[in-house]
Amino acid sequence: MPAAQADDLAPDVLVKNVTREVVELISKDKEIRSGNRAKLMEVIQAKVLPHFNFTGMTALAMGQSWRKATPEQRKRLTGEFKTLLVRTYASALAAYSDQKFDYRPLRARPTDTDVIVNVRVLQPGAQPVPIDYSMEKTASGWKVYDVMVGGVSLVANYRTEFNNTVRESGIDGLIKSMQAKNHSLEAAAPEKPAEEK
Amino acid sequence: MRWVFLALLVGLAGCATTGEGDPRDPFEGFNRGIYKFNETVDEAIAKPVATAYRDVVHEEIRNRVRNFFSNIGDVFIGVNNVLQGKLYDGFEDFMRVVFNSTLGVFGINDVASDMGIEKHNEDFGQTFGRWGIGSGPYLVLPILGSSTVRDGAGTALDLYTDPLDDVRPMHVRNSLIVLRLTGARADLLEASRILEQAALDKYVFQRDAYLQRRRSLVYDGRPPREPREEEDEEDRQEKPEKQEKPGKQDEKQDKQSNSYLPRIPRNYEAVMAAGYATTP
Repeated sequence: MPAAQADDLAPDVLVKNVTREVVELISKDKEIRSGNRAKLMEVIQAKVLPHFNFTGMTALAMGQSWRKATPEQRKRLTGEFKTLLVRTYASALAAYSDQKFDYRPLRARPTDTDVIVNVRVLQPGAQPVPIDYSMEKTASGWKVYDVMVGGVSLVANYRTEFNNTVRESGIDGLIKSMQAKNHSLEAAAPEKPAEEK
Repeated sequence: MRWVFLALLVGLAGCATTGEGDPRDPFEGFNRGIYKFNETVDEAIAKPVATAYRDVVHEEIRNRVRNFFSNIGDVFIGVNNVLQGKLYDGFEDFMRVVFNSTLGVFGINDVASDMGIEKHNEDFGQTFGRWGIGSGPYLVLPILGSSTVRDGAGTALDLYTDPLDDVRPMHVRNSLIVLRLTGARADLLEASRILEQAALDKYVFQRDAYLQRRRSLVYDGRPPREPREEEDEEDRQEKPEKQEKPGKQDEKQDKQSNSYLPRIPRNYEAVMAAGYATTP
């Protein structure tokens, strides 16, 4: 769905549409199913990323340290964090094997600008896994600023790691450590993801 | 086995520690040691076996094996729901056992889920949490991995009441236990691969995820939101001792040091605004 259209959609409808579209794309595409990472990245890039606010996610994960970061540092932090998150997301998506989704009704007032959209992944012999998207209304439509999987907030989970690294080696140290992490993953990956320039 | 780590829990509880680290994890040094040991064992045995199991055994059969053990587990999930006062959930758990054990043929088919009776996730650690017992310090148990003092005691009770323990002859019991562990590890293969990719420091990432997850489970996926202004990273760093000593009647303070909800910074709005301002 083009970003322009997404502007007017309710957050739960947006999540539902994007999830359905992406799942359909990846389950039909033989190349992605057989492990073509670059192609999977293309799909994510086009369909999913426009609905995420990575700067907001980085700011929340950084907490107080965000205030002390220069605009240049913020840009680099966001860039590295985004690369890390997107690759993790791609891994999770690559593991998808026909699980069913259960879209929960949105509990929010029409005037709300900050909502949580609940989706559940159903699987046999196990409790359904809830995925909760924290979303905020912006001028360019609803944007995700945190994802909770099974009650674990991605942003909150990075906060301790970020704080520890900043305390030990400063903001530049954190940028470096994320860079190193991304490079090592890139080296390990068989195919160069489209995300990298 | 169960006594070994009960003894361990008691031993640890006795250790008084003062440290600079995370107030939720005063035994970090010790925990990291066990963590490393677990990693080594996992790499050498559990992961290769689980990978082979996944690659050799057909998915249909693996699902049935999972369902079989899941059905046995439902009995105790039901017991725990009743202990927590959630009678309807407990009733559902027992109905699941009834349907799955009969129509589902000894539990190998999860017909109850198809009928819309969903599986729950409960254990004694969660029951203790529901009763208001704080999680206590984070612990890494040998082989079993992430836990806390409270959840470790819960796990001891889970193991003590484990029906597989009473299966005889011994070699059948042991085979069943190994099969259950193998299946459980196989189900985590994807998750551990993702963890490997996502974490800057795996120990910290896994610890925080565990603590968040358990808190969410104790509240059945609806943990109360923390007040924003109470949590300020800088305050936390400057006065760690305030967090570590729960007052006698100061329940609220105690809850705080044991809570793992995402900490939304006080300047959240400003941060978000700044975020948009610098979005390229």
